[in-house]
Amino acid sequence: MTRSTIELPVTADDYRIARYAAAAIALTVAEAALPSPLPGIKPGLANIIVLVVLARYGWRDAAWVSLLRVVAGSLVIGQFLAPGFFLALSGAVCSLAVLALAQHLPPRFFGPVSASVLAAFAHIGGQLALARVWLVPHDGVFYLLPLFATAALVFGAINGLVAARLLEAPVTASAALKGVS
Amino acid sequence: MKHSVPDGLRELLAQAVGAGHAPWRTLLKPGDWALLLAAGVLVATSYPLLWRGGTADRAIVKRDGQVVTELALNVARKYEVIGAIGTTLIEVQPGRARVLSDPGPRQYCVLQGWLTRANAVAICAPNHVTLQLAGRGGRNEAYDTLNY
Repeated sequence: MTRSTIELPVTADDYRIARYAAAAIALTVAEAALPSPLPGIKPGLANIIVLVVLARYGWRDAAWVSLLRVVAGSLVIGQFLAPGFFLALSGAVCSLAVLALAQHLPPRFFGPVSASVLAAFAHIGGQLALARVWLVPHDGVFYLLPLFATAALVFGAINGLVAARLLEAPVTASAALKGVS
Repeated sequence: MKHSVPDGLRELLAQAVGAGHAPWRTLLKPGDWALLLAAGVLVATSYPLLWRGGTADRAIVKRDGQVVTELALNVARKYEVIGAIGTTLIEVQPGRARVLSDPGPRQYCVLQGWLTRANAVAICAPNHVTLQLAGRGGRNEAYDTLNY
C-alpha cells in the first residue's frame, strides 16, 4: 500500500468528536431497524450523545457530532440525499439552534431533560416545516402535529433522563476515549 | 429460576434497572418538572385544536346529484365534467379547488373562487354540476356546508 502523502493534522478534539459521532451513528443505525408506527416518529437515541457532548464539551462539539451523525448515519442506512435525509438535517439544525439558547438556561433549575425536550420539539418543528414547504404542499401535515408533539415530549424526556444519568457518572479518561460512559 | 442466572448477567441486569444509582427522579430539577408540565399541557391542548378536520383533503364532483369523480387535493390538475348545457372545468391545486369555467349565465360558482375548507361547496346549477370539498373523518366536521 502506498503511503498517503497528504498529512492532515488531527487534534485531540477531532478524535473526541469522531468517537462521539461514531456512537451517535451506531445508535442511528440501530434505531433504523426499529419499526415505526408513523414515518417521523422515532426515539432519536442519537440525541442522547448530542446532549452529553453539549453538557461536557459545549455547543460547537455538539453541533459537529449532530451533523456528522446526520450525514454519516444517512450514508450507512442508504438515505443520503433522500427526502428523509433532508428532514433529519432540518430537524438537527433546528434542534441545535434551540440547544444554543437552551444551554444558557440557569443550571440550578434546568437539567438535560429540559434541553432534551426543547430540542425534541425543535426537531419535529424543523421536520414538519420542511415537509410542509417541500413534500406536502398543503396544511394536511399539521393534522399529525399532536402525534408528533406527543412523541417528541415522551422521547425527549426519556432521552434527557438517559443523558442526565450518563452525565451523572464521573468522566474518566477511558470513558471519554470510548465515546460513551 | 433465580439461581440459574449467571453472575455476570445478574450484574448486568442490576445495572440496567439502575441498582446503585440515584433514583430517576433526582435527575429532574424543578425547572425540568415545570417545563415537562407546560409541554404536556401544550401537547394536550393541541389535540382538539388541530384535529377538528377543518382543512379538506379531497374534492367531490357531482352531476345531477351523482358522484362523477373524487379528486385528491394533493396534486394540481384539471378535470372536465360534461353537464346539462356544456362543460364545467374544475381546477385542483394542493389543498384547494375551484370551478375554473362554467357555461352558466350568471357564473356564480366560478365567481366563488377557491374552496379551501372541508364541506365548502360551489354549485353550478344551470349545468347540474356541484363541486364539494371533504375532509377526513366526516363526523366531527366544523361545518355541514359552507356557502358564500
